[in-house]
This record gives sequence, structure tokens and C-alpha cells, in this order.
Amino acid sequence: MGMTITEKILARHSAHEKVSPGMLINAGLDLIMCHDVTTTPAIDMLKKQGIQKVFDPRKIVIMPDHFVPNKDIKSAEMIRKIRLWARENGIDAFYELGRHGVCHALLPEQGYVLPGMTIVGADSHTCTHGAFAAFSTGIGSTDLAAALATGELWFKVPSSLLFRIRGKLPKGVYAKDLILEIIRRIGVDGALYRAMEFRGDTVENMGMEERMTLCNMAIEAGAKSGIIAADQVTAKYLQERGIENYSQVESDPDAVYEKTYEIDTGSLEPLLAFPHLPSNVRPVSEIKEKIPVDQAYIGSCTNGHISDLRIAAQILKGKKVASGTRCIVVPASTEIWKQANREGLLDIFTEAGAAVSTPTCGACLGGHMGILAAGERCVSTTNRNFVGRMGSPDSEVYLASPATAAASAICGYICDPRTCLEEKS
Amino acid sequence: MKAHVYPRNDINTDEIIPARYLNMDREEDLAAHAMEDIDPKFVKKVSEGDLIIAGENFGCGSSREHAVWALRGAGIRAVVADSFARIFYRNCINNGFLAIECPGISEMIDDSSEIEIDLKSAEIIELRSGKRYPFKPFPEFVKAMISAGGLMKKVRQQLAEKGLA
Repeated sequence: MGMTITEKILARHSAHEKVSPGMLINAGLDLIMCHDVTTTPAIDMLKKQGIQKVFDPRKIVIMPDHFVPNKDIKSAEMIRKIRLWARENGIDAFYELGRHGVCHALLPEQGYVLPGMTIVGADSHTCTHGAFAAFSTGIGSTDLAAALATGELWFKVPSSLLFRIRGKLPKGVYAKDLILEIIRRIGVDGALYRAMEFRGDTVENMGMEERMTLCNMAIEAGAKSGIIAADQVTAKYLQERGIENYSQVESDPDAVYEKTYEIDTGSLEPLLAFPHLPSNVRPVSEIKEKIPVDQAYIGSCTNGHISDLRIAAQILKGKKVASGTRCIVVPASTEIWKQANREGLLDIFTEAGAAVSTPTCGACLGGHMGILAAGERCVSTTNRNFVGRMGSPDSEVYLASPATAAASAICGYICDPRTCLEEKS
Repeated sequence: MKAHVYPRNDINTDEIIPARYLNMDREEDLAAHAMEDIDPKFVKKVSEGDLIIAGENFGCGSSREHAVWALRGAGIRAVVADSFARIFYRNCINNGFLAIECPGISEMIDDSSEIEIDLKSAEIIELRSGKRYPFKPFPEFVKAMISAGGLMKKVRQQLAEKGLA
């Protein structure tokens, strides 16, 4: 009996030749990612236990992103504490404001993520990096402290679900719509404790950023990780970052999956997750009533990549954000911001009446830079629409693709992006 | 232990401790806002040693351990749910905080019932009726982690054995 990619990576990093779902193992870690919110408590825990040194400063990357630029005095103190601690521990990879970005966009962009790695990050969306055939999962602060001290963590080997995805994505339909469709089908706990492996020609034809969008929301189905085998597209992305050598790993032909889902993208439409669950998904075309939006938010680790901004710009070019609606565009990293600037996208956004922000997680989690008042409604390219997620517990978040969010910004109510795309072509 | 029953599924970390309070991480500061967006009266209702009973996928969403600390700070000693989200469950174990998976429990127990948890027999006992609801016992390593008081104590011990701390 063969192993899945996930099982192979976990076997290689533990003292086992073979692992199978349900086994409890200790796995060595190749990369540990920290951000502002969850790292401060981990530092306190290390200090409390008298642990002076991290296991290996070269394997630790710190990317403050949630409350940057510092949102208030308390968050400024938190980030300062991490900055000083990083210096004390000789951790050079601290991404200061000016080189900053949303951690899940920045980590691969800066060439840290390689196929075959074990990666943990003290953020639930760490599953994003499975797009590079790495085992990558989100942890809390105690796990982070233990990982920083020892370079290893306990894991229960997850069983894998296989998603075989076939067909070309129709016009106006993107990776975001595809992952919303998957969550609609299996539910917010449909992949609980499991690894979601994505495969098929649809995935093969995706760029790395789209693959990251797909893996990013695996956690929204309860998954431990998302994963996609590495191929030529992965190799090209890594080559552009000067990386040639990494381990090849793919699932065996006789690997065992707990369940296989077949998905044909031919009939997919632009989708929308209604409040207050990411699985509460309906096609935009089926919405009969007008749903006015106070805010359209384009950004986050899910959809703040350059390809996402290009899609939004294609729709916003030469148009105006509707009166009564605010549009916020947040490139996910400094490099993405600069690239969008070079391509003239930032001009397109600002000419349309959108506000362009510096990279931050910001309003996605109700932190700052675009918080919603009671009674307000936001169409957002982010990943969660729980009660109070982007501000007041009496506000509402609708999750959608950058195209749907941009089209809705122009209309002032939630609308089908295909109407705008047709107009352009 | 008094049970505070929230039978809904998918109670998430944004409801347990909203992100607007994540610029703090001390248990006593977070405690004042526990469950604020699902039940603003929660903190006032809870006495030291109470427990929460909830539906499926409790604790889904963010990796913020602040959710565990907020509940513990508010006086909660255990969460018994039909099922748990993965990261929240890990965070509980790592903190030596009781998270007990007991499918169907959210529909069996009335709000404000007096409950006892028998860890030896792996049962939830409703005191008034004497009814017992079995749950799957913890694996040995989880038991060891909970009785040691959490993961960091174990790590400290491990490092001391290697002469590293």
C-alpha cells in the first residue's frame, strides 16, 4: 500500500519508514513562521520556562502583519517585544515595515517555501503553503513556543481527501469560486483533521497564486492542510527565486484516500458565501434581490496577489466606485504593491475612487484599516464571514472573488462580474 | 459544575474572543470579553469551575490560543462538544485544558444543569437525573500532557534531559 504526499513528507521527517492515518508522531520542522498576534504569548512562555535560545534561528521567519502598521499602543508594544526578542535570538528574517506583507503571501514570495518541507505557522491559514507540495499547518502559541524551542512537534497523521478537479474555469470564475464550491459541498467541517489534496487538469493549469488561494481556504473546511503536487509551474516559480534544488515528492499510485471527490468546473458560476459561514454559498446569478454594499474589500492572504489585483483592475478600469460604497484595495505584500504600481494598477484603483492601502491583514479580521459599523455590509475577497469578523457583531460579510468584489464596488450592490467582463470584451 | 449550553454548531474563535481584543494576551484581560459576540451576558453568568456544552466543530476559525485563555480566565474548566475544530482542540490539550468530544451531547443536556466529569470512567454525569454519557477516553499521551499541566512543561523537561535548559 502506497502513501500520499502528506504521509511521505511526515514519514521522512519522523523516525518512521512508513506512516498511516491516525498514527501519533513527532516530526522535525523545516520552517517556522511567526506573526505579531500569536508570537508574543509564545515568547512569554519560553521565558517563563527559562528557555533562552531557539533551536535554530535560520529556520524561523517573523512576519508581523495583523496589526501593522501599528494599530495602537498595545499592538506597537507587542511588535516591539518580538523585534527585540528576534535580535536577542539572532533571527535575521524579521520582515520590518517597508519589506512587510501578509505572511502567507510573503513567505513563498521570498523563497522560503519548498516542496517536501514541513512548515508550521502560528496562523490558521498556514495551510496556504501546501500549494508548493509542502506539509504546512496552522498552530497556536503553545505549539509555536514548543516548535521554537525544540524544532519538532507532535502530529496525528491525517487521512487524505482527494479532490480531482477537471475542466477549464468558465469566464468570470476563479480559484476563489472553486474553493467556495468545494466548501459548499463538504461543509465547514467536511475535512476536519484531514489533508485535502487537489489534483487534475484544472489545478495543473493554475498559476501558483491560484493554487495558493485553493489551499488557503482548506482550513475553512476544517482541514489540517491542503496540498498540491509540485510540477513545472512550481519549478518556474522557484527558479525565478534562484531555487533549483528541492526534494521531489508525490503521492504513490496506490496511495489510500479516505474519500475522492470528482469536480467538473464546466458548470461553475461566480459564487458568494452569505453570512455567517463560508459554506453558506450560492451562485451570484441566483440572487434576485439587490444586496447593497457599504464596502468592497479586495486583498488578504486569500486574494491579495498580483493576479487578483489585475483581475480587479480589469473591471475597475475607467469606472467609478458607486456613490455610497467604499472600496479598499490591499496588495498582500510590498513587492506586490510595487508591481501593481509599475503596471499602473494603483492608478486605475485610485482613479476609480478606491483607496489603496499598504499591505496588512487589517480589516480582514476586524483589526483596523476598514472596520465595519453596525448594520454595514461588506463584499470581501477574504476567507471568513463569521459574526463580527470585520467589525461590529451586527455587520455582515459576503465572501467572493476579486472580480465579484470589484464589479459590486461599481454597482453599489452585489453583482455578477460577468456583466462587467462582457462589457469590456 | 454548572453547564452553559450553546447547542449551535460552528461556534468560532471570532465569537469566543473577537479580534478587536487580540492586542492583549493576559488571561484576566481576555476573560472580560469571552464569548462576547455570541452571548454578551456570558461572563456574568459563569462561576469558577463551570463548563460549556456545545455542538459540532467548536472553536473553528483562527489559531488564536486567546480563545482557550479567555474561556479559562472566565472560570470555565472544560468544554464538552459534539466535535471540535482541530487547532482549538490542540490548543486545549497543549494548555492542559479539558476539551471533551462527546457526539450528541449538545442535545442531551439542558442549560444550567449540574454536571460532573468522571475522567476515570470517561463519562459525563448529569447529576439531577443521574444519567451518564460516555465519551471516548483520551489517548495516553494526551492524558500525560493534561496531567503534566500542558506541553511547555513537557518541553522544559525534555530540554533539561538533554542539558539544554
